[in-house]
Amino acid sequence: MIDFIRSLGRWGLDTLQRLGSGHLFLWYMVKGIPEVLLRFSLVIQQLQSVGVRSVMIILVSGLFVGMVLGLQGYNTLVDFGAEESLGVLVSLSLVRELGPVVCALLFAGRAGSALTAEIGLMKSTEQLTGMEMMAVDPIRRIITPRFVAGIISMPLLAAIFSAVGIFGGFIVGYGLLGVDDGAFWSQMQVKTDWYDDVLNGVIKSVVFGVVVTWIALFEGYDASPTSEGVGRATTRTVVHSAFAILGLDFVLTALMFGGI
Amino acid sequence: MPLIKIRDLHFYRGDRAIFDGVNIDIQRGKITAIMGPSGTGKTTLLRLIGGQLRPDSGTIEVDGQDVHKLSHAGLYELRKRMGMLFQSGALLTDISVFDNVAFPLREHTDLPESMIRDLVLMKLQAVGLRNARDLMPAELSGGMARRVALARAVTLDPMMVMYDEPFTGQDPISMGTIVNLIHRLNDAMGLTSIIVSHDVMETTEIADVIYLLSAGKVIESGSPVQLKRSSSQWVQQFIQGLPDGPVPFHFPGVDFADDLLSSEVSA
Amino acid sequence: MQKRNTEITVGMFVAAGIVAIFVLAMKVSNFTDFTDDAGYEVVAEFGNIGGLKVRSPVTMAGVRVGRVSNISLDGSTYNAKVTLSLYSQFNTLPTDTSASIFTAGLLGEQYIALEAGAEDEFLKNGDVLHLTQPALVLEQIIGQFLFSKAEGE
Repeated sequence: MIDFIRSLGRWGLDTLQRLGSGHLFLWYMVKGIPEVLLRFSLVIQQLQSVGVRSVMIILVSGLFVGMVLGLQGYNTLVDFGAEESLGVLVSLSLVRELGPVVCALLFAGRAGSALTAEIGLMKSTEQLTGMEMMAVDPIRRIITPRFVAGIISMPLLAAIFSAVGIFGGFIVGYGLLGVDDGAFWSQMQVKTDWYDDVLNGVIKSVVFGVVVTWIALFEGYDASPTSEGVGRATTRTVVHSAFAILGLDFVLTALMFGGI
Repeated sequence: MPLIKIRDLHFYRGDRAIFDGVNIDIQRGKITAIMGPSGTGKTTLLRLIGGQLRPDSGTIEVDGQDVHKLSHAGLYELRKRMGMLFQSGALLTDISVFDNVAFPLREHTDLPESMIRDLVLMKLQAVGLRNARDLMPAELSGGMARRVALARAVTLDPMMVMYDEPFTGQDPISMGTIVNLIHRLNDAMGLTSIIVSHDVMETTEIADVIYLLSAGKVIESGSPVQLKRSSSQWVQQFIQGLPDGPVPFHFPGVDFADDLLSSEVSA
Repeated sequence: MQKRNTEITVGMFVAAGIVAIFVLAMKVSNFTDFTDDAGYEVVAEFGNIGGLKVRSPVTMAGVRVGRVSNISLDGSTYNAKVTLSLYSQFNTLPTDTSASIFTAGLLGEQYIALEAGAEDEFLKNGDVLHLTQPALVLEQIIGQFLFSKAEGE
C-alpha cells in the first residue's frame, strides 16, 4: 500500500517536473521567434519538411472524409426531405470540427513524429551539444524555426483539408446522389458564417499547430539519447498530441460555440 | 599564467562523486592529456570547461574568466574561442561537408560567400579532405568524419581545442593521421590542446603533460617520461595495460570458493 | 539549386493554403456579406423577437437587404430593441416601412421581413421603424386557440 502511494507520488512529481520543463522550453522557443523571423530562410527550409511533405496525406484524407460525410449526411437528410442541406452539413462539420481536428491528428502523425525523431536523433548523435559548443544556441537555430513552420503550416493544411473535403462532399452529393448543385452551394453559403465558423476553425487549427509542434519538439529535445529512447519519444508525441488535440477541441468548442 | 585553471572541482551525479577536489592547470601552447579508466568523467570534465555543466563547487577559469560566473552571452562569446571535437564528430547530418565546416562562419560572421569558400577550403585542405567537400556526412568513414569535425572545430581560429576520445574506434592508418593532425595543428596555429583519452600509446606520443584521473581525483601528473617512471603501482598498471593489479580483474564481492560452496540458489 | 526548389515548393504550398482559405471565404461562407458593410443602421422595437439572433437575415420581398447587427432590451418599455444593418444600395426605403419577424419554414430559423410603406422620404442612418409585428410564438398561438375554443363552447 505504501509502495503504491509512493509510486503515485513519484509519478506526480515526475509529471510536474516534465510539465515545468516543457513550459520553460516553450518560453525559450517563443523568445527566439523575433530572431528567427529575421532569418526567414531557416523557416522556409522547415516549411518544406513540415508543411509541404504533409500536403499529400491531407489532400487524400480530406477528399475521402468529405465524400463519406456527403454519403452519410445524404442518407440521414433524405428521410426529412432536406437533402438540399447536404452542403451545410458537410461544410459546417468540416470547417468547424473535422478540418482542424482530423488535420491536426494527421499532422501529429506525419510531421510531429518526424520532428521528434529528427530532434531526438540530433541529440543522440551529439549534434545539439556540438552546436552549443560552437556557440550556436540549438533552440534558436534548430528548434524555433521548426516551431514557427509548424504554426504556419497547420492552418494552411487545415484550410486545404476543409476545402478539398467540401469538394469531395460536392462530388458525392451532386455527381453520385443527384443533389441540386445550386441548392448545395447557396444553402452552404447562407448558413456558414465567416466569423463564427470559418475563422473559429482557423483559430482552432492555429492552436493545434502550436500544441502539436510544441509537444513534438519537446519530446525530441527531452528524449533519452538512445535509439530506444527516440522511438519511445516518437510514440509519446503521437499519443500526447492526440489527447491534447481532442481535449483542447472540447474546450475551444465550448468557448467558441457556446453552451458553457 | 595557465590558459585553464581548475581549482578544487567537485561534481556529483546523484550521490556519486565524479570529481572530488580536482586541480588541473593547462598551459598555453601545450598539448595536455587527461587520462583515466572509462567512467572517470573525462568527457564530463570537457563539458564543465565548456560551461555545459555546472560544478557543485570549485572554479574553472579559462583565459582568466570564471566560466560558471559568465552571463549567457559572455559564455557564448567565450565558446567562440573554444573548439571541441566530439567522439562521434557531431556533424550536422542534413548538410554537406562544406556546409558543416562553413557553419560556424555563417552563424557568427557576415563574411561574403567567396571569403567563406576560401576559408573553408583552407581548413579542409589542412585535414586533407578538400575534395570530399560535396559529400554528405553519412557518406564519410568514421575517421573522415572526425577530420571534418576537426576542420570545423578550428574554422573560427580558436585559442584552444578540446578532443574527446579522438583515437577511439579508428583503424591504425586513420589513427596515425589524427595523431599527426593534432600535433601539426597545435604547432602551426599556436593552439592549446586538451586531449581526453584512454589510449596510452597514442596519447603519450604527442602529449606534453598528462594528468591521470581515477575515482574523482588526480592520481598523478607530469610529462609522459615522468609518468613511465612513476613508482605508483596504479600508474604502472594503467600505462602498461596490465589486467590485474591495484584495479582488480574481479568485480569486488564474495570470494569464488565461498560462492561455489554456498547452497544459495537465486530464483 | 536545391534551395531554389525548396523555395518554389514552399511557395506553392503557401499559395495553395491561401487559395483554400479564399475558397472557404468566398464560396463556402457568407464572407461576401461583409464586403459591402458600409451600409446604414435603423432600429426597430419588437414586443417579442422569438428566436431571432444577431446576423439573422433581413429581407424585403424575399430579397436579402441586410442583417441584424445588434439586439438589446429597452429598459423603459421592456421591448426588444433590434438594430438592423441594411446594405447601402437599398437606400430608397420609405420611412414608414414596417418590420415583421417570420420563420423560414415550419421549424426553420427566424428572419426579419420588411414591407415598404408609402412615404416620400427615405430611411437614413439612425432612424426608427415604428410599425413592427412581433414574432409568433407557437405555444402562445396554441394557447390562444385552446382558450377561444373553450370560451366558444
